[in-house]
Amino acid sequence: MTPADGSRGGVPTLEITGAVKRYANGHLAVKGVDLHADEGEFVVFVGPSGCGKSTLLRMIAGLESVTEGEVRLKGRVVNDVEPADRDIAMVFQNYALYPHMSVYDNLAYGLRNRKIPKPEIDRRVREAAEMLQIGEYLARKPGALSGGQRQRVAMGRCIVRDPAIFLFDEPLSNLDAKLRTQMRLEIRRLQRRLGVAAVYVTHDQVEAMTLADRIVVLNGGRVEQIGAPVEVYNAPASTFVASFIGAPAMNLFPAEAEGGAIRVDGGSAPAPARARGAVTAGLRPEKARLVPAGGGLPFTVETVEELGATRLVHGHVGAASFVVSLEAGVSPPGETCAVTADPADVHLFDRGSGARL
Amino acid sequence: MPDASFDAAADAPSPAAKGAARRAPALRLRWSSVFNHGVLIFGVFLMMGPVVIAFTSSTFDPIAIHRDGLKLGWGGEFLSTYDTVLFEKSGFTKEVNGLLMLFNSMVMGLGFAIGKVVVSILAAYAIVYFRFRGATVCFWVIFSTLLLPLEVRILPSYEVVQSLGLLNTYTGLIVPLIASATGTFFFRQFFKSVPEELLEAARIDGANWWRFLVDILVPLSRTMIAAIFIIMFVVGWNQYLWPTLMTTEEGYFTIVRGIKQIMQVWIGANIPAYNEALALAVLAMLPPVLIVVIFQRMFIKGLVETEK
Repeated sequence: MTPADGSRGGVPTLEITGAVKRYANGHLAVKGVDLHADEGEFVVFVGPSGCGKSTLLRMIAGLESVTEGEVRLKGRVVNDVEPADRDIAMVFQNYALYPHMSVYDNLAYGLRNRKIPKPEIDRRVREAAEMLQIGEYLARKPGALSGGQRQRVAMGRCIVRDPAIFLFDEPLSNLDAKLRTQMRLEIRRLQRRLGVAAVYVTHDQVEAMTLADRIVVLNGGRVEQIGAPVEVYNAPASTFVASFIGAPAMNLFPAEAEGGAIRVDGGSAPAPARARGAVTAGLRPEKARLVPAGGGLPFTVETVEELGATRLVHGHVGAASFVVSLEAGVSPPGETCAVTADPADVHLFDRGSGARL
Repeated sequence: MPDASFDAAADAPSPAAKGAARRAPALRLRWSSVFNHGVLIFGVFLMMGPVVIAFTSSTFDPIAIHRDGLKLGWGGEFLSTYDTVLFEKSGFTKEVNGLLMLFNSMVMGLGFAIGKVVVSILAAYAIVYFRFRGATVCFWVIFSTLLLPLEVRILPSYEVVQSLGLLNTYTGLIVPLIASATGTFFFRQFFKSVPEELLEAARIDGANWWRFLVDILVPLSRTMIAAIFIIMFVVGWNQYLWPTLMTTEEGYFTIVRGIKQIMQVWIGANIPAYNEALALAVLAMLPPVLIVVIFQRMFIKGLVETEK
């Protein structure tokens, strides 16, 4: 299941065209979004809070109306279709389990409302419980479960529905760090196994990178970039994406590009020959190399953070703060030294718009 | 019983085995619990004294009460008094006895409580979950009726019920009173605190407005419902003014009303049947007390905590 480029043929599971969300108070939360998700594809919406990612997800779910544009599920326009009739299933941030019902009833509730015969409900619930290893908790109430178990129940509620698409609204943000990593893997494994498309909303770029077949980076209600995680990491479409994806974040600094090199404070480093003039240059901490003074952009070491596997050297290039990631045991060549990199690793962005050059 | 829980609570923070250091606090504790219990016992005395006296006096014959005032002790007329009060047909028409009055009160209390709970839930549900134009205005209009207690609007209320021909019916006794601003307010506050996601999850699960109410909201509010039910039952049971106006046929008399009736009607020029009046008062107190005692746990839970 390689990252889809949309050319796999057939109708995409989810297709959004020109989606706009304007709230009653006039606030524009989503400002025209086009995207699609193919069968079995895992799409992650990522962005800072207030970027419209949750609103967009809720528009897919039918919990928010669509002001303009179209949302299609398996080719059918669902703008005015009730959430229950959309063939979707959703995991909420706080799980939204029914606190007075047993785990079994939580899973079965949606099926009962659909008038599915009892033996079939029982079969599906037990199958989902088996898959999620919550079989022994079926009689318990959600209040008696741990965070991770509740998370599983919430996922179970989706699985029994056998929907066309799973929707996840920051499902891991209530768990502790260790459990989060574990559940992340589990969600991915489960989604692959079931082969059901998924849309996943998060503000955590690590989750986005690890889970996604395709990442949709949103900012201020617009799509900044759509692409496979590696694409987004290697060729960020704007300074926003560059600073958002990757940890520690990409160094962004003003520089003079002169075809094949960038120049800051009298020092220079090789760069792609695409641009000339004032640009914003970007260089990832792990791609930057420290060399003795004079060999690149002047850099003054301020502090060194020891992380065990790597060391983060903090300093300045020109007026901008700059981080270089070194392998363990490697020391910077001196208090004042220089930064350089392979030209392919240097990103150039328009100083004004922030767009990739 | 309170003794044990007091000591347990006081002891809990102090480590169990601290040797000599334990002795002094134990002594100090004892004095403070003597004081605490003194206050409690005084409170119990104030609350229970009149009830006990009413009960003991009701076991004497009316002449003794008339002569000596209220009595403490056992008069030996217990069985005959309560038998008369409960089973002997009396009044002008000889068609009402204590049992029937208890039954009428029960109908009134249950109808009142169930009606109020149902109407309040529906009103609060509409106000909180259906964002219709003027929902807030509606709520405040309902809320402002708190400023218009029954006594203020009793003449128009009577006029309406009378013109509908509902005097001397259970319907007329109950229905005009079941709209409840208090209940609506409590349920509104509770519903507002139910997470939005539950509604959304239920919508995705295919629950319509009725299923959401019945399957999710009502079970979630059950402690709340219990609390309001108890309060309203007691209020309904103790209604006096409204039944007095609504019912002129003795067959519809409630027990609270009946007590007064004894003092007025059941006597000729003789000594009032004090013992019977007191016995009726004790009987009238019993059902609400039982309900509160039985549902106390649920009642407090409903007022204090919510399960969400």
